[in-house]
Amino acid sequence: MRASRIAAPLLALILAAAPAAARFDIGRPATPDEVAGWNTDVLPDGRGLPPGRGSVKDGAALYAQHCAACHGAKGEGKPMDRLVGGQGTLATATPVRTVGSFWPYATTLFDYIRRAMPFDAPKSLGADQVYAASAYILYLNGIVGEDAVMDAATLPKVRMPNRDGFISPDPRPDVHAKRCEKDCG
Amino acid sequence: MRDETAGRKGAARAIDRRSLLGKTATLMGGTALGGVIVPLGARAEDGANLPPHVPEWSREQGAPILAHPYGLPSPFEKDVIRRALPNRPTATSASSLTPLQHLHGVITPNGLVYERHHGGVPAIDPAQHRLLVHGLVERPLVFTMDDLMRFPAVSHIYFLECSGNTKGWKTGPANLTVQDTHGLLSCCEWTGVMLSTVLDEVGASKSAHWLLAESADAAGMDRSVPIAKAYDDAMLVYAQNGERLRPEQGYPLRLLLPGYEGNMSVKWLRRIKLGREPFETREETSKYTDLMPSGKARQFTFLMEAKSVITRPSGGQHLAGPGFYEIAGIAWSGHGKIRAVDVSTDGGVNWRSAQLQEPVLAKCLTRFRLPWHWDGAPALLQSRATDETGYVQPPQPALVEARGTHSYYHYNGIHTWRLAPGGEVTNAS
Repeated sequence: MRASRIAAPLLALILAAAPAAARFDIGRPATPDEVAGWNTDVLPDGRGLPPGRGSVKDGAALYAQHCAACHGAKGEGKPMDRLVGGQGTLATATPVRTVGSFWPYATTLFDYIRRAMPFDAPKSLGADQVYAASAYILYLNGIVGEDAVMDAATLPKVRMPNRDGFISPDPRPDVHAKRCEKDCG
Repeated sequence: MRDETAGRKGAARAIDRRSLLGKTATLMGGTALGGVIVPLGARAEDGANLPPHVPEWSREQGAPILAHPYGLPSPFEKDVIRRALPNRPTATSASSLTPLQHLHGVITPNGLVYERHHGGVPAIDPAQHRLLVHGLVERPLVFTMDDLMRFPAVSHIYFLECSGNTKGWKTGPANLTVQDTHGLLSCCEWTGVMLSTVLDEVGASKSAHWLLAESADAAGMDRSVPIAKAYDDAMLVYAQNGERLRPEQGYPLRLLLPGYEGNMSVKWLRRIKLGREPFETREETSKYTDLMPSGKARQFTFLMEAKSVITRPSGGQHLAGPGFYEIAGIAWSGHGKIRAVDVSTDGGVNWRSAQLQEPVLAKCLTRFRLPWHWDGAPALLQSRATDETGYVQPPQPALVEARGTHSYYHYNGIHTWRLAPGGEVTNAS
């Protein structure tokens, strides 16, 4: 299914492409299946999200089994990253960066859980499970309700509290020191 | 001086070689925590292997060839190793530090290159490793390692620094060494193919403005890279310092983005995807972004700005007494070449230009040296780099004024070592 979604735009690109530059003829064409198997990244607008769905309720059980040992029963952290809380702290003397307070996109949560979690068995969760875990972590942060169900349509619509919390491009150099030589104090 | 008698010679010969090694190795263990730097002209302790005696190792055959088919450092250097900061919750999402205080020149030996892994070091069979390049391209292609090594190759010497190197936003403990404060920094000759060559091979679309680089490790570590950097000096690297990459450095294939924060040079590279926008991965949103006092975080802050540090004398070392010492250290800039390094011994009041070791290369460590006579008085040792753009390494308060104390990454302030009258060197930053 993912393969066909990807193949269509690729085909359009190939047809629209300019004549090839000088090439070494090294490498072989990637098959749609090969691309589909590895093309797991998810963009903020939801592109890349697979079919499937998961509820907060399903996520609670899954979280307890796969996540709580590292992230705390309610996402409070220790020994690994805190996932919950901290909203409103970023501009204070003790900022707390969590999924709820800091992450700008809910889709990134899905992407990261699918590629890297659970820590002791990365890439072992199915799409439904990743949706469910995402739903539960969002629920713990008060971002979705307890009846929420996450899928390819609903997850990109979740508005994260810190969505507008990032600045780019890089404003550096932002510090302009002088090359003083004598009696610089 | 004692006479060299037959009796003494015999006693020296009778010393068991291993026990001598062990004894000296124990002494070396002491030096790792508090290395003594002896001023030029000072005499070492007299002993049976010292002049006028003939050392025991001059009177027997040494070890045979191939005693270690892959050579090892002298056992006397056993404490020149990577170390980790304490209290890491895991050993696989973790980092280890290069022992800069023990290194010379600018090249980091492969076994001492710092580590920062997000999911441990995968054991990858190169015959089963593939690089997939796809997305906004004319021809999505799969490359084997043999394929990639058929492309025209290039070699460049570049530093690699973790953006979290040096937690100088607040003053650290006095017992920190330069390995602790600056050890997420290494410099190697990297060999591979220019990324631009491979992008031409797949026929990158003009509508591609970013690419995603993704690792084959457990973390699936991934970062978005601006396409301009990909066409500028980015490399797909398969060798470092003359040999294939070490597993810790991404064997069999890694991205190398000169001058950019280290984590973007994605190791164990398995996939490059070209796209229109950044991919907003976890590692470029919730991590590796710089939180400002306003509560907003700077994102896509890639470059490592000019920085320097004195490695000798540095924290944990000990000067044996007044006399001549060479102050030495390293400077680097993600913007290009180092133009100058100034050294202060009075805490930044007066500065002298240090000598730069040639060749000075862009985005590469530059070794600086300054001859100095220590009169035994307390001193505050600092170095300050200026790069070819004219950017001057700032003092710590200027950085804090601009960014507060919670941005964590990209600290490049002037570092201070305190030299006490007794010769002890401690951290003062």
